[in-house]
Amino acid sequence: MPRRTDLAHILVIGSGPIVIGQACEFDYSGTQACRVLRAEGLRVSLINSNPATIMTDPEFADATYIEPITAEFVEKVIIDQARLGFPVDAILATLGGQTALNTAIALDKAGVLVRHNVELIGADIPAIQRGEDRQIFKDIVREIGGDVPDSAVCHSMAEVRATVDRLGLPVVIRPSFTMGGLGSGMAYTSEDLERLGSVGLAASPVHEVLIEESVLGWKEYELELMRDSADNAVVVCSIENIDPMGVHTGDSMTVAPALTLTDREYQDMRDLGLKVLRAVGVATGGCNIQFAVNPVDGRMIVIEMNPRVSRSSALASKATGFPIAKIAAKLAIGYTLDEIPNDITRATPAAFEPTLDYVVVKVPRFAFEKFPGADTTLTTTMKSVGEAMSIGRSFAEAFGKALRSMETKNLGFWTTEDPAGDTVDGLLAAAAIPTDGRIFLVERALRMGATVAQAHEATGIDPWFLDQIVLIQSVGDDVQQSPELDATQLRRAKRFGLSDLQIARRRELGGDTALATEEAVRELRHRLGVRPVFKTVDTCAAEFEATTPYHYSAYETDAAAESEVSPQTERPKVIILGSGPNRIGQGIEFDYSCVHAAMALRDAGFETVMINCNPETVSTDYDTSDRLYFEPLTAEDVLEVIAAEQISGTVAGVIVTLGGQTPLKLAGILEDAGVPMLGTSPDAIDLAEDRGRFGELLTSARLPAPAFGTAVSFAEARAVAADIGYPVLVRPSYVLGGRGMEIVYDEVSLADYISRATEITPDHPVLVDRFLDDAIEIDVDALCDGSEVYLGGVMEHIEEAGIHSGDSACVLPPITLSRNDIEKVREYTESIALGGKVVGLLNVQYAMKDETLYVLEANPRASRTVPFSSKATGVQLAKAAARIMTGSSIAELRAEGMLTAVGDAGTLPIGAPVAVKEAVLPFHRFRRADGTGVDTLLGPEMRSTGEVMGIDAAFGPAFAKSQAGSYGSLPTSGTVFVSVANKDKRTMVFPIKRLADLGFTVVATTGTAEMLRRNGIEVRVMRKHFEGPNNIVDAIRAGEIDLIINTPYGQSGPRVDGYEIRTAAVATDIPCITTVAGANAAIQGIEALIRHGVGVASLQSHQARLHEAITATTAAASDG
Amino acid sequence: MTSAVDTPAALVLEDGRIYTGTSFGAAGTTFGEAVFATGMTGYQETLTDPSYRRQVVVATAPQIGNTGWVEQDSESAAIQVAGLVIRDLSPAPSSWRATGTLPDQMIAEGIVGISGVDTRALTRHLRTAGAMRCGIFAGAAVSAAADMVQAVRQTPMMAGANLAGEVSTTEPYTVPAEGPSRFTVAAIDLGIKANTPRSFARRGITTIVLPSTTTMSDIEKLDLDGVFLSNGPGDPATADTAVALTRQILTHRIPLFGICFGNQILGRALGFGTYKLKFGHRGINQPVVDRATGAILITSQNHGFAVDFPATASAVVDTEFGRVRVGFSSLNDGVVEGLTCLDAPAFSVQFHPEASGGPHDAAYLFDRFIALMQTKAENS
Ligand SMILES: Nc1ncnc2c1ncn2[C@@H]1O[C@H](COP(=O)(O)OP(=O)(O)O)[C@@H](O)[C@H]1O
Ligand SMILES: Nc1ncnc2c1ncn2[C@@H]1O[C@H](COP(=O)(O)OP(=O)(O)O)[C@@H](O)[C@H]1O
Ligand SMILES: [Mg+2]
Ligand SMILES: [Mg+2]
Repeated sequence: MPRRTDLAHILVIGSGPIVIGQACEFDYSGTQACRVLRAEGLRVSLINSNPATIMTDPEFADATYIEPITAEFVEKVIIDQARLGFPVDAILATLGGQTALNTAIALDKAGVLVRHNVELIGADIPAIQRGEDRQIFKDIVREIGGDVPDSAVCHSMAEVRATVDRLGLPVVIRPSFTMGGLGSGMAYTSEDLERLGSVGLAASPVHEVLIEESVLGWKEYELELMRDSADNAVVVCSIENIDPMGVHTGDSMTVAPALTLTDREYQDMRDLGLKVLRAVGVATGGCNIQFAVNPVDGRMIVIEMNPRVSRSSALASKATGFPIAKIAAKLAIGYTLDEIPNDITRATPAAFEPTLDYVVVKVPRFAFEKFPGADTTLTTTMKSVGEAMSIGRSFAEAFGKALRSMETKNLGFWTTEDPAGDTVDGLLAAAAIPTDGRIFLVERALRMGATVAQAHEATGIDPWFLDQIVLIQSVGDDVQQSPELDATQLRRAKRFGLSDLQIARRRELGGDTALATEEAVRELRHRLGVRPVFKTVDTCAAEFEATTPYHYSAYETDAAAESEVSPQTERPKVIILGSGPNRIGQGIEFDYSCVHAAMALRDAGFETVMINCNPETVSTDYDTSDRLYFEPLTAEDVLEVIAAEQISGTVAGVIVTLGGQTPLKLAGILEDAGVPMLGTSPDAIDLAEDRGRFGELLTSARLPAPAFGTAVSFAEARAVAADIGYPVLVRPSYVLGGRGMEIVYDEVSLADYISRATEITPDHPVLVDRFLDDAIEIDVDALCDGSEVYLGGVMEHIEEAGIHSGDSACVLPPITLSRNDIEKVREYTESIALGGKVVGLLNVQYAMKDETLYVLEANPRASRTVPFSSKATGVQLAKAAARIMTGSSIAELRAEGMLTAVGDAGTLPIGAPVAVKEAVLPFHRFRRADGTGVDTLLGPEMRSTGEVMGIDAAFGPAFAKSQAGSYGSLPTSGTVFVSVANKDKRTMVFPIKRLADLGFTVVATTGTAEMLRRNGIEVRVMRKHFEGPNNIVDAIRAGEIDLIINTPYGQSGPRVDGYEIRTAAVATDIPCITTVAGANAAIQGIEALIRHGVGVASLQSHQARLHEAITATTAAASDG
Repeated sequence: MTSAVDTPAALVLEDGRIYTGTSFGAAGTTFGEAVFATGMTGYQETLTDPSYRRQVVVATAPQIGNTGWVEQDSESAAIQVAGLVIRDLSPAPSSWRATGTLPDQMIAEGIVGISGVDTRALTRHLRTAGAMRCGIFAGAAVSAAADMVQAVRQTPMMAGANLAGEVSTTEPYTVPAEGPSRFTVAAIDLGIKANTPRSFARRGITTIVLPSTTTMSDIEKLDLDGVFLSNGPGDPATADTAVALTRQILTHRIPLFGICFGNQILGRALGFGTYKLKFGHRGINQPVVDRATGAILITSQNHGFAVDFPATASAVVDTEFGRVRVGFSSLNDGVVEGLTCLDAPAFSVQFHPEASGGPHDAAYLFDRFIALMQTKAENS
């Protein structure tokens, strides 16, 4: 069937901010969808609140709405488009994750689809319900002869208890309609049951949980399937979880293809998968089905299905080269699989099942260190914040690559000291509980003599994988024991995935001091000519010619092995280093900049080469750059790719300043290896990163900075602190996202911090800064070409300095800064950029306190805010940066139109749209071992996973949107609870009065209440949680409160007061404001909502208006 | 698992290319036609598939031996391939059904294997150069390159090879239907796989498996509802006896179903030629379209020869047994994957509806055959 002709305009729903369980994989799929639909000549409108996505770039849709993803706003978009004469024909919601799917359901419920006669393509509502409603789904599976875990749907704790009496413990508790297993868990005891039961009921939008028989420890598999409108269906990929059932697939190490199934078992799984797909009735597109297999007798049961493109679909696409999202989009508009070409072979159709001649391993990346006290046990709720994928010609090779892609301290087996006091029993006992890094416990246990059988018994990990670890160990032993390493032994070691670093460690243990360093091993390896070959991901195991240069490295035993990197000599190459696995502090924003560089440089006539190992990203789409290398971002792996590219053509240079801290760390090593570097020089990078050198730069430029010092011991730290005065801010050097950063109010807590800060060494000292209280933080993105500086964005933070820039809301253009302030910011930024010899992007953070502008830090690289600045100002900074790094001047780019002809973000005219960035925090995902929540108080250490943007003509509505977009919709009526620190009481009177005038009922704790009463505000007093029953916490849980304003009391130590209130707020999803500035902003938002509601406008129209405003003012200026 | 125990081995192609690796399975030398198979599962089914007779199979899946050896999963009584070329052998198998390991089974049956080969480079070479003769020389057998190439060039070509005799049963045997028997089918064994009679039995069909030398008179002695032409190795151009028999079956209008080699036999019986594909279709992800329904099937395939249909795939061609259409064709390269007689109760497919290894998408063809026998029964 060819394409449907009755569709002209499609509205694509994105997935919103990056949250745990829903990361940039949906930017990847959404971007592909928009590309495809527009290539088909359809009009595409898009709604997505996440500015850091490629899909929300104005060129990817005809109308891009950066608005909250709710039924309410989607309807506004439909109306706005109709008003402009473009009625929406259909909505595509299956590529935007659970968010888009849930929104589709809401749209249907609210009658919006009918009202505007809009069709849902990809999956219809009944199909979604059949797939997502766990009970209906189970019934379907049983009907078609499949097997499922015994279970019952419950709507109350009473029903829950009754069910468990029948099933017995342990049981799995799963709320319906949540993503990434939010609110689900494994109950072993009746206490667990009570706790998880109520949490689960609360987490489910339909107040429904499923209580399910446990199949803990079974083998877990996933199939990625696709179906077209002619009922043709294929299995794109099979995935096997190394961690057995009980660990969420998102938190499991996984491998593709499945490695421990015979053809019979695999085909039975395939048959069942296809039956389920058809029975559920996924109209067209992709879906993901999970299976559990009993390792003892092979009993196979179906766990769940996601009737949409999922996290695993992105993995499957990168693992096979089969672009699931792109094809899903084509199927949605009527094409059938045989009509769509396989764009890797070009010759053959997409109607086939990819076959792999390599092994893919995915390893999750966690961030527990950021949530002290959080329970680190891996369960049925997803907790990882990112992942890395690797490709190798054997499991061992891929596994080694995946582990060293993590960028944690552990760069694979043996790369860190074994802790003292390991015992086999101890290790096995520890490994029995799934946690981040348990595989290292398993490796140590096996090394100390545990048998594969014992390790399997303890962990449930399939013996096949354990045998592979034993194999890797034996290879390591050979490396360690052989008197000297010859080419054959080295080749064998590399072939089983050992990094130069791992080899060095083993040689060191073997007493070979000459080969004790990574560099020495690499030097020997190169001398012996032991280099990797580069193979191609081609979907067909070489059966057909591949036209897409999607490569991975591999070591073959055969010295004469074949490498497939084809020569390319017409165009100079630029190699862009990506940012690796997502983690808090370094996420999609950096991938955005890398992708933009690839686009801009391709247009500028370069051959672009991307290196990255994050399967969720757009940068690892083989369409994004001319060549893609799916490789770890370690010095070793990157150097080998560069070498291969230098052989195949001329490398103009490597870009390390767009992918965040990951590639930046490599700058020095690459330069020493003689690699041509583009942009800010490694020395200039060090100048900004090294506090000492940077300090000198500031002093010589006479720029004020908070007094600071560095220390490598408590004694030193105390001296520094005494000298500059408390409160001080302490942190390790060379970090991103404020890792390990704390505000310290006295000597005691300073001593405590030093004792906790483990990796303090002379080359990694602690930094001690004077902490600026109540200062306004300002974030600046700027471009510098060596002689001119262009302000790309000046952002005023809503929360005061002390709350990490990544977690604090900010507004662009600044709303309280004067022209002079901004000119001062410009002046300072210029002297830092020019003084620091920046070529490309620069991010500076300032704090303004009583008229003094302090420089907090400068990062000579793309920042987290580049996409936000770019979208708010209509200037694509990362593209411009890439051009500057390859030799263009700002003047040239102004002339070209890539930058504004005159002025910059420092001279935005009145009438420029106001954009607010709000952070999204993952607190609701983390609980302490005892089940209580982790504290949500913001501080200098970044904890947010993503962000949203609210954009409008004025601050109020823009802020309101940013709140709605980040799942904290502001109430327009109801009850507000106020409890503020003494220091804030005075400043809070007016805001609260405003709320009362707007019709809110005010309740407060005694102290705050008295103060408000005296100011003539009617207040009801409410008990604090420790003052007995019916206290504020109960009221919050009972849903009697609609808004909470709670600024932390006291100055000292961990600011625990109010903890109960804040965690209750998170548990019940009530907006909780913890700063005065935040409260004022919220009230402006609420007023906007009450006064005139909020409308929507596309980014394109905002930017058009901005452009007019700019030309108007410059015109005025020139005649005036 | 240490390098000490690695015995060197070499894979030598007739065009002189040599790929080095490590010996596994039986030591010694073996010769055959080098072909690659792209299935990610089913190495055991492949090894025991008689169609792979005299072929040295290159597995493109990089990890082989993962699930060991599972007695129930063999498609014939013995390993049929001449040799096996792989990238990585699993140190130990993992499957609750495993009854042994792959290398042990190969040693027991004297099958020579080589591991550690850059199988992707090899596959890319075979893709362009085409399937060709090769030899595996393991351990002591490794000698001077020139000598090994010489030895390979002295072995017989696959074109012109008549192997049906080698693999066929010598004595007839019966595989009873599960439950009451609806029909009885004679299966001419040209290299039949165990899952074929099993697929019939599951559908209530009794299968009498007959030697490749069977004549029409043998068949007439039996009370049959249909005849099945199995898959098998070798060059269809040599299968004259089977072709002659098929012509008689067509004349007697006995319902006929052929697969793989059987498809080529029917083709010849209808008067078409056959030709050797450059590197054949060997994998379990091969898409074909059923021209009767337009449905796309993912099929298991293993053929180096194909029927030379004298017209465009959409045309209907007249033969002495009436009109014939292309029943199936490959979505990858358009190769004819099946024939349907419009005026005779006969059809055949080039792929493997019995799968094993591979997807079950085409299993419904057994029912299509049963329908043929049904109508025949009703009309007589
Ligand atoms: N019945 C069960 N017994 C044990 N573990 C289970 C069971 N059901 C699910 N799990 C585990 O919980 C994880 C999440 O469950 P799943 O149904 O996939 O929810 P989600 O929608 O979050 O993916 C699965 O990946 C699996 O490891
Ligand atoms: N001297 C200071 N006074 C007050 N707040 C500070 C000071 N230094 C840093 N901060 C706060 O800590 C946050 C993180 O510090 P920063 O230097 O930006 O580290 P990172 O490299 O993690 O961004 C900043 O966003 C700011 O809010
Ligand atoms: Mg799941
Ligand atoms: Mg910062």
